Amino acid sequence: MAAEATATQAAVEAVEKEPLFGKKERKLLIDPLNDNNPITVQVLGICSALAVTTLVVPSLVMAVAVVFVTAFANLIISLLRNAIPKQVRMIVQLVVIATLVTVVELTLKALNFEVYKQLSVFIGLIITNCIVMGRLEAFAMANKPWRSFLDGVGNGLGYGAILVAVAVVREVFGKGSFAGIKLIGNTPEFLINTTAAGWQSTVFGWYAPNNLMVLPAAAMFLIGIIIWIQRARNPKLVDIS
Amino acid sequence: MQRNSTQYVLFFTMAMTVVVAVVLAGMYSSLKGIHTANERNYNKKQILSSLNQTADFANKKADKLSDDEAAQIFADRVASTIIDAYGQPVEGNAEDVNMEKEEKKPETDRVYPVFKYNATDGKSYYILSVRGNGLWDKIWGWVAVENNDVRTVAGAAFGHKGETPGLGAEIADNSGWKAKFTGTQLYTPDGKYKSVEVKKGGAQNKMYQVDGIAGATVTANGVSEMLDRGLAVYMPYMDEERK
Repeated sequence: MAAEATATQAAVEAVEKEPLFGKKERKLLIDPLNDNNPITVQVLGICSALAVTTLVVPSLVMAVAVVFVTAFANLIISLLRNAIPKQVRMIVQLVVIATLVTVVELTLKALNFEVYKQLSVFIGLIITNCIVMGRLEAFAMANKPWRSFLDGVGNGLGYGAILVAVAVVREVFGKGSFAGIKLIGNTPEFLINTTAAGWQSTVFGWYAPNNLMVLPAAAMFLIGIIIWIQRARNPKLVDIS
Repeated sequence: MQRNSTQYVLFFTMAMTVVVAVVLAGMYSSLKGIHTANERNYNKKQILSSLNQTADFANKKADKLSDDEAAQIFADRVASTIIDAYGQPVEGNAEDVNMEKEEKKPETDRVYPVFKYNATDGKSYYILSVRGNGLWDKIWGWVAVENNDVRTVAGAAFGHKGETPGLGAEIADNSGWKAKFTGTQLYTPDGKYKSVEVKKGGAQNKMYQVDGIAGATVTANGVSEMLDRGLAVYMPYMDEERK
């Protein structure tokens, strides 16, 4: 009887120690958005961040897809963490990621074929996105399911936030539209024929959409600027070595 | 069973494989119908977008149509045939012709789709399918030809697999550039076949040339080559139609 009582008490204590949204849980969600951002601080997932951020809508879809994959891969691996043989640990992680990504790809192909076409190979490439595998190895293999899930959501959101921020700047300045809605003016024709007349039919009349913004190099500059601002505001991120 | 034993590893991986296979196979087969329908509707819109410059699509461009509208237009206004390499009609549904697969066959065995669009104003157009190489990967397109003279191009639409956004990808994205194909000719005045050329530095003769795209010379040359070779195969059929 006494042993049973202490066991129950211990269980109650354990529950109390891990509330659903305690300080630690909130930290897991919020840290990746700023101090531990996967793109700007951990510098992971750069390839897709450069490639898919020309338009806002595909970037949003990509962000949702990555949140889904990181969250559920973390959850599944965390649930299985005591059953996974350590010799095949990495392979198991990869299979879980690949399965979830395929699920996302099949669903998107059924729900919105046009965005699926725009994102082309990049949905499939979430499999090789270092953020997902990194979180599985670093967090889910050693933590309980709920916290792992939150960590996955947090990291997915951290990635998505940068993606959407970069995409907004690139679409507005590169295409003169926001989420596919033309802000003002016609399709820029200056690419066809760089004559004086060609430069006029543009956004806001005076602004010529900048073709550089459409190229991956612009995303590199923008992410660089975000990293710069973030480090200037938060000196503890600066690597002195 | 020991967690590090070989038996356990084997058991675990096999169980995992079975679970994953069942989940994915189930999902794939249950969604397959929707996927095929989506793909077909997407193709319909792409084909119709070659007619964006004609009166029927003046208010609503074909690529902005909903799936149902595109299917409706296709059902009401499009008649299609398949022709073989000698211009003879072949049995089958033109929408099922996969240009990617045709490309791998020997030239004489290939078949080509012809879509005939009957516009609301009484005009009609042939829509011909072409496929070639861009800078990085495959490019393809649809060329609409007016039926009353079988020589004037009414419009063109292009697609690509991996051209650079903002440069080569403009062949698909830039509607202003695609509009320049409207009004070009596929025959010289004395009746010889002459395809439309994408001319770097600007078109000199607007009858047979359209302006190039700045920074996309290789893709533009690919378009010229694709049109020249791709439309030539339709010529036996077109000659027959003109009679």
